[in-house]
Amino acid sequence: VSEIMVRIPTPLRGFVGGAAEVRARGDTVAEVLRDLGARHGELLARLLNERGELRPFVNVYLDARNVRTLGGLQAAVQPGGVLSIVPAVAGGLPEATPSPPGALP
Amino acid sequence: VSAPLPGTSSAGGAGALHLPAASRRTIEGVAARGYPHEVCGLLLGRPTPGGAEVMEAVEVRNASLERTRDRYRLDPEDFLRIDLRARALGWDVVGIWHSHPDHPARPSTTDREHAWDEYVYVIVSVEQGTATALRAWCLQGGEFREVEVSSDPQPRRQEEARS
Repeated sequence: VSEIMVRIPTPLRGFVGGAAEVRARGDTVAEVLRDLGARHGELLARLLNERGELRPFVNVYLDARNVRTLGGLQAAVQPGGVLSIVPAVAGGLPEATPSPPGALP
Repeated sequence: VSAPLPGTSSAGGAGALHLPAASRRTIEGVAARGYPHEVCGLLLGRPTPGGAEVMEAVEVRNASLERTRDRYRLDPEDFLRIDLRARALGWDVVGIWHSHPDHPARPSTTDREHAWDEYVYVIVSVEQGTATALRAWCLQGGEFREVEVSSDPQPRRQEEARS
């Protein structure tokens, strides 16, 4: 079983006692996350939905590759690898309220 | 593994964002040049209770190519690359900045839906190509609260005075 380093972004550090990095064990990304979840259940709930799938606002990188491009959570991890949790960052302007045709500005 | 930074004296009450004048100029300049498109970036530095101390403001490509006028999205690979660089310097990603072309520097519903706890969100309003206001916000209990912005030691001058 491989032990690898998991990098935690600032917004999720409260779930791991403030640590920027934690270690976890497993042979696949899913096993590593489950191992992490055994100690930090709330963190796991932020990463995976009820069906055990990665939440849409969360990205997981194995070294420099997005695990979504590596076959998902079943991707194999190697000893010495680094798993990075990367928050999805987005936003924007208020939704425009379309004015009806002919309405005054 | 770095320990959380003990509270610095700069944070007054509800927390504050220390944004060096150079970083502020970067944000306002990039936002103005990007008008009428929305531009975005990351704030690197150190978290403080309820706020952050910014060391550097970095521009990041807006990956929301189909809607650059009213949406921004960071490519996670850009985030990862910049985050690694920040950590090598002993810093962290402490916040996100973006522009609101021809809209106030207040978070929108879209901003709130995508926001994360702990990050400071800086919004710069750009009206007709000129940066007119810069405000900072933090998510607390699912709602944004404004965070005071302070710059370098010299007293803030009327940064909006331009005629």
